[in-house]
Amino acid sequence: MAKKNKKSRWIDRMNGWLSDEQGALEREMEAAQEQAAAPDIEKLSPAELRWAQEEQEEEKRIEAAMHTWTEKKALPFARALYNLLCVGICVTMIALLLYTVTTLPAFGDPNHPINNEVSARYIEKGLQETGAVNIVTGMILDYRAFDTLGESSVLFTAAMVVLFLLRKDKDSARYSQLAQTMDQNPHSDTYYEPKNDIILQKTATILVPIVLLLGVYVVLNGHLSPGGGFSGGAIMGAGLILYVTAFGFDKMRRFFTYKTYQRVVLVALLTYAISKCYSFYTGANHIESIIPLGTPGAILSSGLILVLNICVGFIVACTMYCFYAVFRKGEL
Amino acid sequence: MQYLLVNYEQTAAVILFCIGFSTMLLHKNLLKKIIGMDIMDAGIFLFLACQGFIKGRVAPIVENGVQDVEAYINPVPAGLVLTGIVVSVSVTALMLALTVRLYYRYHTLNLDEMIALAGKEEV
Amino acid sequence: MSIIVQLMLLFLIVCAIAVCVTRDLLTSVVIYMAYSMIMSIVWITMQSPDLAITEAAVGAGITSLLLFLALKKIHAIDARNEVRRKHAEKQRGGEQHGEEE
Repeated sequence: MAKKNKKSRWIDRMNGWLSDEQGALEREMEAAQEQAAAPDIEKLSPAELRWAQEEQEEEKRIEAAMHTWTEKKALPFARALYNLLCVGICVTMIALLLYTVTTLPAFGDPNHPINNEVSARYIEKGLQETGAVNIVTGMILDYRAFDTLGESSVLFTAAMVVLFLLRKDKDSARYSQLAQTMDQNPHSDTYYEPKNDIILQKTATILVPIVLLLGVYVVLNGHLSPGGGFSGGAIMGAGLILYVTAFGFDKMRRFFTYKTYQRVVLVALLTYAISKCYSFYTGANHIESIIPLGTPGAILSSGLILVLNICVGFIVACTMYCFYAVFRKGEL
Repeated sequence: MQYLLVNYEQTAAVILFCIGFSTMLLHKNLLKKIIGMDIMDAGIFLFLACQGFIKGRVAPIVENGVQDVEAYINPVPAGLVLTGIVVSVSVTALMLALTVRLYYRYHTLNLDEMIALAGKEEV
Repeated sequence: MSIIVQLMLLFLIVCAIAVCVTRDLLTSVVIYMAYSMIMSIVWITMQSPDLAITEAAVGAGITSLLLFLALKKIHAIDARNEVRRKHAEKQRGGEQHGEEE
């Protein structure tokens, strides 16, 4: 019970912060201050009272003097000092970094210490061990797949936080006054949707399938040619954004809503995690893997990399569209 | 000076980093600060990828079964930078969302005015 | 090839300084877009086609779009047009005023 109470208070505070109110904590603190600030006037003798009044007046005068002094002299001085310090820091930093560059090995040097046995191993054994022709994809989705899982989670978390910050609630009273007036403006993005923009719509009918096809191609060929889940997903997201810009949110909602977004991303993340766990369970460190790698160069090769690429592509595409929709309309 | 010209890519990356850094420090507009941070990101990525580049070698995509270390550039920095680019987008989106919220509250993008307003609210 | 790369890098630095110096937010976002496109060309010259594709799609596409949307959201673009319109009206008004005098 106590735990639940605490949690609800936390949520209240969060809601208060979101709806630009003063938090419960601040209210409590103010109440405590007021209690502390009110002394018992009746108990004081007249002399003490006069003395206290004089003191208060003196304090007020000093405060006013301080205020004018801050406004007139201290603030410009602080600003100038800040700018001077900024310039100083920047110049020092440029000098230091340029000095560091002079001590680095020459650009394009084959004997650079970064070209050590790790990269040699990736290049020499990568094709046999991962089955991916594109060594970079083989590296980020096989040797370092946990890294990529974390990165996809970062994207998902960012999308969630952006939704949390910019999403419109049903009770719009929570929104600040300015946001409300802005949204009720007939030229605001929330209501304005190009219905009969013929040039944009004709261009979009030609371009959107091509852009989406290119995105799918880049995702599916991630292990054979340059590209992969991230670039292909970003291209597909751009195609979705073009579609929305041309045809409006109503048409988009027929096949893509908030629920679709949640399900697609959740399923993709879970598939990624489970398939990678399976891979670690069956053949960690490439001792012996059940998953066939196939012939290098074919689409259905390189084991799990194709699946992982598709998962990452879905996550990135949906997240990019989610960013756009939330920024423009406040909801998916 | 001579070294700077030999390592011209690294020099450019460092200069880009410093331009972004000074934009972040000296501008008061929050959106300008965000763009400055993106420029800083690009400088860091350029610096990282410069380290893996080797003259006369090609991108790490196996061609004709050639798997010699002498044939390809270093794939490790490319993988790191690929991760970094996508993370920088999510960071930018997050910062822009926070900026929009701040604008709704204080009706300004200027950081100084914002701090002054916040100070008045506290008093 | 090396000269092209050096030119591109020079252009990158010029673009970055232009972003830093420009007062207008919309202009600086457009310049940032150009910066990202040049960056993707630099990636190709550095033998990293993966990075080139990602930078072209993400840097020049999505990030710039989000910056535009943020500008639109805070009505900076509208405010800019408003200021220009008022300025033009003032000038016109001033001229008419002058003719009357």
